[in-house]
Amino acid sequence: MNNQKEILTGEDIKRTLYRLTHEILEKDLDPKNIVLIGIQTRGVHLAKRIKNIIKELENYDIDLGILDITLYRDDLTAIGPKPVVKETKIDFDLSGKVAILVDDVLFTGRTVRASLDAILDFGRPKRIELLVLVDRGHRELPIRADFVGKNIPTNAGERVEVHLQEVDGKDEVVVLRNTDNR
Amino acid sequence: MEQWTKKHILGIKDLSRDEIETVFNLAASFKEISQREVKKVPALRGKTVLNLFFENSTRTRTSFELAAKRLSGDVVNFSVSTSSLAKEESIIDTIKNLETYHPDIMIIRIESSTSLHTLTKYTQASIVNAGDGRNEHPTQALLDMFTVKEVRGNVENLNVLIVGDIMHSRVARSNIFGFQRFGGKVTVCGPSTLIPYEFQNLGVKISYDFDKAIEDADVVIMLRIQKERQTSCFFPTMREYLDRFALTPERLRRAKKDVIIMHPGPINWDIEISSSLKEQVHPLILKQAENGLAVRMAVLYLVGTQKRELVEVE
Repeated sequence: MNNQKEILTGEDIKRTLYRLTHEILEKDLDPKNIVLIGIQTRGVHLAKRIKNIIKELENYDIDLGILDITLYRDDLTAIGPKPVVKETKIDFDLSGKVAILVDDVLFTGRTVRASLDAILDFGRPKRIELLVLVDRGHRELPIRADFVGKNIPTNAGERVEVHLQEVDGKDEVVVLRNTDNR
Repeated sequence: MEQWTKKHILGIKDLSRDEIETVFNLAASFKEISQREVKKVPALRGKTVLNLFFENSTRTRTSFELAAKRLSGDVVNFSVSTSSLAKEESIIDTIKNLETYHPDIMIIRIESSTSLHTLTKYTQASIVNAGDGRNEHPTQALLDMFTVKEVRGNVENLNVLIVGDIMHSRVARSNIFGFQRFGGKVTVCGPSTLIPYEFQNLGVKISYDFDKAIEDADVVIMLRIQKERQTSCFFPTMREYLDRFALTPERLRRAKKDVIIMHPGPINWDIEISSSLKEQVHPLILKQAENGLAVRMAVLYLVGTQKRELVEVE
């Protein structure tokens, strides 16, 4: 049964998010020019945590948007309709801002492609950057992240899962080996 | 729900509670799209949607058309007055002809001389019922129930009163099936000439006394008197109808404080509802129309993004 390996602990995730936030502030300087866009579901919670860290470090309340990319997927007809479409909420102006997309795992890059299309329907940011907690490789599109929490080399049969307190009751990143032919 | 499996939306009768709730959840998400600056998402990109109206309608047709467009579907409108049906081409021939364009969804309104079920045999497309004769108008019931859910927070176990021309009303039938799915008790009320006895078999209560029936109602659905369908005389005068079955301020006072008043539109003011109630009831009725768009987007999304399996067509 031991086909699950912990890659990051809760403490690691916390440290990583602080480091990533410092990297954002170092690169983009003024938090007033930055907005965060969390990709449903776990990307939203990661973005909220980064928002809190920026508040703590810079005493500034950064804008946070929520994006559900289901309707922008390129495989809707292939997988059949996803009967759940979660909330999308970007209720501030993106123009001239640096929009930082936040997601938990970067894998094929298709979610990010869909997010880019979605964001551009809401406005024209000055720049879009990508932050992920884990990059597991196996890209199918020419996409890379600007801020990476941890690179985890994997093979295609493995699954990387980010668990967060808000959704899963515990903070951790695990790699699951495919033993049940899923 | 893991997967959506219904290819066609022909009636509320065929939908489970779970499926209806799926439509509600999606509709709630889709409302946001219409508030964006760019009111469009690519979910139905490259899909062809035919709006086939063999019977007049502006609201429903526009609502479906807009719904498909907001999802990036390519919509073609085909209505009876402009079509060759006037040249006595049969409906089945029309469908066969249109099938050659490989549409993905056909939204059909029809007098029920040909059943929609039959038409599914002649096309690969998903058929969405936009009203078939006296049978059903599923998206209207879905938007009515969705509106109730939005206002009250729930649609379970409600007393629903449907008032007016029950006999000719597909809206009544779809709402009966829908609210009953959620444990609702439905009463229909109107002139006895407009309530077929067979409605008892649908498990509804029949009442001829609006004053009394309104007292227990959580939801009142006022139906439109469809003058175009009144081929014979079902009630003596409009005035008598107004006297007994119109929603008036006096009747509304007898109802529960939080009663929800709905109407599928367009309203004949001072026939179904007193115009003095306009300010009080119109906002919610307009909200129904707004919700209709979101509900129709949800329905088109569910049937339109399905995995296509080729079927034999006749």
